[in-house]
Amino acid sequence: MSTLTIENISMRFDLPNGDHVQALQDVSLELQSGELLSVLGPSGCGKTTLLNIIAGFLAPTEGQITLNGHRVTGPDAERGMVFQQGALFEWMSVRDNVSFGPRMAGKRESDWRETVDHLLDVVGLRDFKDKSVYELSGGMQQRVALARCLANDPDVILMDEPLGALDALTREKMQGLVLKLWKETGKTIILITHSVEEALLLGERLLVMAPRPGRIHREYRLPFADDGVGQDLRAVKKNPEFGEKREEILSMIWDMEEEIMGRAEEVEA
Amino acid sequence: MIVLILYVAIFVVAFFVVRFGLRKYRQVRDFTSLKTVTFGDESAVRPDRWASVLSVLTIFLLWGAFTGSKWVPVHAPGPFVGDTSFTYTLEAPDGRRDDATVFARVFRLGEEVSAPEVAPGDGFAKDDALIVGAWRSQLLRMDQNDEITREDGARVVAIDGRAIAPGEMVRVADGTVTLTPRGSLNFAPAKGMQMEPIWLPPPEAVVKRVGELAQTGYQNFTLWEHLYWSLYRVIMGFALGALVGIPLGYAMGLSDWFRGWFDPIVEFMRPVPPLALIPLVIIWAGIGESGKIILLFLAALWIMAISARAGVSGVAISKVHAAYSLGASKWQILRHVIVPNSLPEIFTGARVAMGVCWGTVVAAELVAAEKGAGMMIMVASRFQLTDIVLMGIILIGVIGYGIDILMRKAEKWLVPWKGRV
Repeated sequence: MSTLTIENISMRFDLPNGDHVQALQDVSLELQSGELLSVLGPSGCGKTTLLNIIAGFLAPTEGQITLNGHRVTGPDAERGMVFQQGALFEWMSVRDNVSFGPRMAGKRESDWRETVDHLLDVVGLRDFKDKSVYELSGGMQQRVALARCLANDPDVILMDEPLGALDALTREKMQGLVLKLWKETGKTIILITHSVEEALLLGERLLVMAPRPGRIHREYRLPFADDGVGQDLRAVKKNPEFGEKREEILSMIWDMEEEIMGRAEEVEA
Repeated sequence: MIVLILYVAIFVVAFFVVRFGLRKYRQVRDFTSLKTVTFGDESAVRPDRWASVLSVLTIFLLWGAFTGSKWVPVHAPGPFVGDTSFTYTLEAPDGRRDDATVFARVFRLGEEVSAPEVAPGDGFAKDDALIVGAWRSQLLRMDQNDEITREDGARVVAIDGRAIAPGEMVRVADGTVTLTPRGSLNFAPAKGMQMEPIWLPPPEAVVKRVGELAQTGYQNFTLWEHLYWSLYRVIMGFALGALVGIPLGYAMGLSDWFRGWFDPIVEFMRPVPPLALIPLVIIWAGIGESGKIILLFLAALWIMAISARAGVSGVAISKVHAAYSLGASKWQILRHVIVPNSLPEIFTGARVAMGVCWGTVVAAELVAAEKGAGMMIMVASRFQLTDIVLMGIILIGVIGYGIDILMRKAEKWLVPWKGRV
């Protein structure tokens, strides 16, 4: 069982003028295998910094992260990442993008062909596997990014606003796809998002973060992700409980935003 | 001036003729043709191929027309050629006047000519004969056969009945006559509006030169050998420059130490025009092949290093992060992410470098070389062989253009994703 433990993470950036920014303060979290955690918060609350630390792109100033009992010190294939803008390799075909991880690991084509073809089927890109990625639409590119991440079979998938740049319709379809993949593969997923609705729909657990310093404000356990699997997402959204939760969290984030604005005004005055 | 006015006139007339005269033959029904906003929409501005063809034709037409080319049906008025005459009035010291006629024969330079036969006529001023080349002028010692000469105090007071004083000029039938301060006559036949071949030869002379030089050569080498050597130097210099510059650029983009070490050198050498290095390279390496190749190597090196460095910095960090998260090693990231991602930048740099190298090699050959396109036109210009010079310039232009087209084709083939991400 893979467990992701985040212990007392703090992140402090020193500025050249002697000031400093406390991006994260004392964040602790434990994630069991197969959990889907969505992270929500106003801008500047350190969500992306937290994700980059978990991915191993940044070293925290304090605290540590352990996955499966060993400490995270840098990026690794056990923690896959899906970026907002796909971050695909334009010089490769769709298939080469998806098989990038296995190929870099030195696996033979016979070892990964089946997995890659299966994943292309799952994300509905079987007919596009020989296309160049720049010929695809934004939603298709994001599906390639998902498949590429899954093809590498990571323990944890980190998603940094993966659906943020998509239009509303494509986004809804992709949300269904993410839920489906999560259930099918049983991966641990951390999903960062700006959309309260998306966080509620997809998150089994939901973390609301507060800014300045970035910290965990509240945590929820939600039933909607389980409901959403195999069900129409719009039906889930009609659930009165869903609406209540959405209003509750929205007003919470609004309050935080207003507080920031208020503080900014004080500083200016 | 007249050429400029003509050029603008052709430009305007061609525009109206093609736009309005040929409208119904040029109906294009594609998406862009349906755009109503074209002024300000760069993508809707496509080169009018008619205009391109007419532009090139116009240049040749004007060139031919003003050089008397046989290939062009219309010509600007040429220089006067043939027989003409004018009279001068000689005044003796005692005030008597007598007219004499000068029969001038104007001939094309290079043609055989004999002086017209002239009977001396009566009076103390005798008739004269004169031969003049077209575009040239000829001093006439009119009084060498006269009975009363300048030594006796006679002087010319009128040409064709019009009074003239020393230093003045009078227009006659087919040219002008100037009375020199020393009292003799200078006849310049009308030049017309065409250019003299030693300034601007007609197109056919240039083409003829191509054939001639391709067969017999010039300065010990045939035309193709001259061009081959220039191209060879460019390709060698560019290849060496790219071979060293691209890895250097990568190293500068990937390592603090390399960046710090080479930054001052690259930043210093970049603004130094390669032409400024020619004297130093000649001192160090002489005017032979190695000197040229060193120069072109230096010209290409910095451009390639900077473009490779820019290519590395242009890699979106998310792509590198993605590759690390997928388990790639540093070497694999270099090979599969950084190098392909920097190719568009490198191609842009390579195009610039090829252009600079081609310009530099010609300049270097102009300064000192035993063979090469630049050397060929430089030597030809010393002997006023304008047709070789023109031919050389045209071929240099064509080759430079050809190189750029090849580079663009290669770019399209190797970097199809450029500009589409």
